[in-house]
Amino acid sequence: MAGATTLHLAGDHASRFESNAATRETPLVKWTILCIALGFFAIFLLLPLVAVFVEALRKGWETYVMALTDADALSAVRLTLLAAAISVPLNLVFGVAAAWAIAKFEFRGKQFLITLIDLPFSVSPVIAGLVFVLLFGAQGWFGSWLSAHDIRIVFAVPGIVLATVFVTFPFVARELIPLMQAQGREEEEAAVVLGASGWQVFWHVTLPNIKWGLLYGVILTNARAMGEFGAVSVVSGHIRGQTNTLPLHVEILYNEYQFSAAFAVASLLALLALVTLVIKNWVEHQAARSHKESQESAS
Amino acid sequence: MSSAKTFRVLPGFRLTLGYTLIYLSLLILIPLAAVFLKTAELSWGEFIAVVTAPQVVATYKLSFGASLLAAAINAVFGLLLAWALVRYSFPGKKLVDALVDLPFALPTAVAGIALTALYAKNGWLGQYLEPLGIKVAFAPLGVLVALVFIGLPFVVRTVQPILEDLDTELEEAAASLGAQRWQTFRYVLLPILLPALLTGFALAFARAVGEYGSVIFIAGNLPFVSEITPLMIITKLEQYDYRGATAIASVMLLFSFVLLLLINGLQAWTAKRTGRDR
Repeated sequence: MAGATTLHLAGDHASRFESNAATRETPLVKWTILCIALGFFAIFLLLPLVAVFVEALRKGWETYVMALTDADALSAVRLTLLAAAISVPLNLVFGVAAAWAIAKFEFRGKQFLITLIDLPFSVSPVIAGLVFVLLFGAQGWFGSWLSAHDIRIVFAVPGIVLATVFVTFPFVARELIPLMQAQGREEEEAAVVLGASGWQVFWHVTLPNIKWGLLYGVILTNARAMGEFGAVSVVSGHIRGQTNTLPLHVEILYNEYQFSAAFAVASLLALLALVTLVIKNWVEHQAARSHKESQESAS
Repeated sequence: MSSAKTFRVLPGFRLTLGYTLIYLSLLILIPLAAVFLKTAELSWGEFIAVVTAPQVVATYKLSFGASLLAAAINAVFGLLLAWALVRYSFPGKKLVDALVDLPFALPTAVAGIALTALYAKNGWLGQYLEPLGIKVAFAPLGVLVALVFIGLPFVVRTVQPILEDLDTELEEAAASLGAQRWQTFRYVLLPILLPALLTGFALAFARAVGEYGSVIFIAGNLPFVSEITPLMIITKLEQYDYRGATAIASVMLLFSFVLLLLINGLQAWTAKRTGRDR
């Protein structure tokens, strides 16, 4: 499912097509395609993004700053950072382990395992939240045991973290599996034959080869972790100042008709998205460069 | 079995595979199994009654219908956008290319309120559309708009790499044999792009069916009119009807599994057709 998000390395080759009579369209066709494509882009992608910032600043800077420094907003920021700080490392370690097992060894059912890892991408976020309510909610499987021991998972922070881990589960693994499969295992095998230990092989041979893909996966995981709404909404219980993440805070403010404040908090998340895209582009650029260098040194 | 037991030079197979399986089971498989086990508490008749209730069936029609339509719109415009990004140079191209991924990065709740602000009665676009009798926000059309937003990058990002890898020789051969540009596209390029286009379509569709955050703000959530299936699950949960919620969830899950297998098949076809590993 992650096929659309995997790191791809290609430069701009438009001139290759535009200078060739066989691969270019008449100017009329070209400009029609460009106008339709860019018009669609502007209305469906650009306009909503601009709207967030315009609406956020509609009532001036003072309202904007007040919305962001509100005690509930700050506690939402803290919870969002906490959820990301737990789920990103967990899924990072899983992603590396899964990619190592899948890319470096042959075993039966490998393709099936990859499909299972993809599962959370195709499950509705609402269901991702629901499963933890079924397990840990008051009527859930472990509900009575948990309440007897005074442990709260659903409608509390642990539930939010679990739901976040669930929805961000495949990102790193999906990024690393094709990358490590493409790289093969000769380099690692050579290192082992030369006497390197497992950790040394990983740190000095594998990691330098996969660092851009790894970073890419981490960025996507982080963006999703901080922005997740549906899954977190089901398990949160919406307790202001306690179980509210930033996206949930946006919803509460919006439903209370505090539109400017809602958009102010939303603009923070939109900024996060833009920063994510900038880093993502930078990583793609670096990866393309190191890919080119390694090809040049090989030839 | 014997081929799997060949001597392994690299360490860590048992450790990493074991960890992968345990983590996957604890976090994903067991929780998802809970949905089906909880549903099994219902008798077959009760299950059918819940998942075919008129209000629920209305949500299927909207969710699946709007998702299919949104994916189709994205297939057309996503192909055009991918084509423009690969084949033409224009100012601001790098920016457009980077922003195509915005729906992946932008939290769905943010997208939801932004789209609502645009298409509401006094919104930037709504003020021109409503006098024409086109009601987008708080109507089924709003669901479609949100799903188009969410699905666009899937098509662009699956088609774009295939377009980039295309050899110009194919088109040169077609042109030298006297094909018109449109014929070249229709009979040479489109068959090559088709598996990727279908994969992008299926990915956008799968995402749209389960989408929640961006839709609920703009949909208005009127029963029988603009309620989506994921919202139905939430509504049942809020009424403490856990069994009803899980029954609908298991219908959606089964559908997602089928779609996931279909997408895997499509991706394998894309790889075969274009000689790429992914």
